[in-house]
Amino acid sequence: MAGKPKLYYFNGRGRMESIRWLLAAAGVEFEEEFLETREQYEKLLQDGALLFQQVPMVEIDGMKMVQTRAILSYVAGKYNLYGKDLKERAMIDMYVEGTRDLMDVIRVHHKLSPKEKEKNLALIEEKATTRYLPVYEKVLDDHGQDFLVGNQLTWADIQLIEAILMAEEKVSTILSRFPLLQVFKARISNIPTIKKFLQPGSQRKPPPDEKLVVTANRVFNRK
Amino acid sequence: MAGKPKLYYFNGRGRMETIRWLLAAAGIEFEEQFFETREELLKLRQDGALLFQQVPMVEIDGMKMVQTRAILNYIAWKHNLYGKDVKERALIDMYVEATMDLNEIIMHHPLQPPEAKAKHLATIIEKATTRYFPVYEKALKDHGQDFLVGNRFSRADVQLLETILMAEECKPDILSKFPVLQAFKARISNIPTIKKFLQPGSQRKPPLDVKLLPKVLSIFNIGNE
Repeated sequence: MAGKPKLYYFNGRGRMESIRWLLAAAGVEFEEEFLETREQYEKLLQDGALLFQQVPMVEIDGMKMVQTRAILSYVAGKYNLYGKDLKERAMIDMYVEGTRDLMDVIRVHHKLSPKEKEKNLALIEEKATTRYLPVYEKVLDDHGQDFLVGNQLTWADIQLIEAILMAEEKVSTILSRFPLLQVFKARISNIPTIKKFLQPGSQRKPPPDEKLVVTANRVFNRK
Repeated sequence: MAGKPKLYYFNGRGRMETIRWLLAAAGIEFEEQFFETREELLKLRQDGALLFQQVPMVEIDGMKMVQTRAILNYIAWKHNLYGKDVKERALIDMYVEATMDLNEIIMHHPLQPPEAKAKHLATIIEKATTRYFPVYEKALKDHGQDFLVGNRFSRADVQLLETILMAEECKPDILSKFPVLQAFKARISNIPTIKKFLQPGSQRKPPLDVKLLPKVLSIFNIGNE
């Protein structure tokens, strides 16, 4: 049968991290090839491995998939993390797009100047606590279930916990006004596959730093 | 049964235009509520109609859907424009995510300061002609079929046509090196629902009138969002 999925990216979170989370949560073992040099990137390009010349790229089921959302949708569908019908899919899609917007604000943080970082921290806190987290708190409050959609674990739960942990790294008190999300965080963290992913030695990547910026610039030949 | 979908946005393309394209291509009639002022947007928020306080929002099948991609996915699924199996869907997703990346760059063009506009336009043209169009040209050439995926009309075809036309507004001869895409453009434009959408008087929106830019920026409080 097909081998393990293989992820092509930097040795860092970036846009690939959500994919690592989803595979890990689904209990799928995966391999990684880390881009360190421009030569590696150019070889991938020459081999025609990157449809739009970009990473993330994941070799999975005979495909070289690119585009983060395309990969996430495929993995979610394949491992039954995309709800049971079209209406549940619609809810999941709305929720994951919301968390993705929040993560986009956090993801660029390490690239900013110290002054911009200060402004961005305030933006992260504001967006998280007034636009996004209240929505998920209310969803859980309204139906009283353990998971966001359809009373079972889905992509929406996995991406939310990823976003919560990312936000907490920047603003440690970010869940202080969201008791249900605190419980949600504890509960989802205890799911065996996720618990394993959260332990040291897993394929989860640490928060990004200057080194990652330098590597990315070198690989993509940015000035 | 459920009424027509109702689109909430300002009277312009923005992020809603791709949704208009898909509904139109599927032959679905829809209504639109345009807001003209920031107050109208704030009222929608106060009414709790916007899950993340943002538009696009589409009332459809009893839901108030937000998030452009969520809305597009739902429409595509519902109207059989999303391929016949997971592999086709994966390919469609890759194709449409890329068209949306290019759309995003084009959409930001009016927002560029005057001194950056020429460079930005050059970036649009470069990306279109070296990163994106070659992929679709090759895909169509390789399988020789009329449509991008599965020998069947899908959202990938609709979204690619939308992007091609937007790119041509930036540079009219942008398809000059892509003969297969030129034929594709003609062919897809002739599909009855799309032909209708391309005619004057349809719900297709024109490119943003630069004179309206301050008003649009103030509605969305761009720069302070």
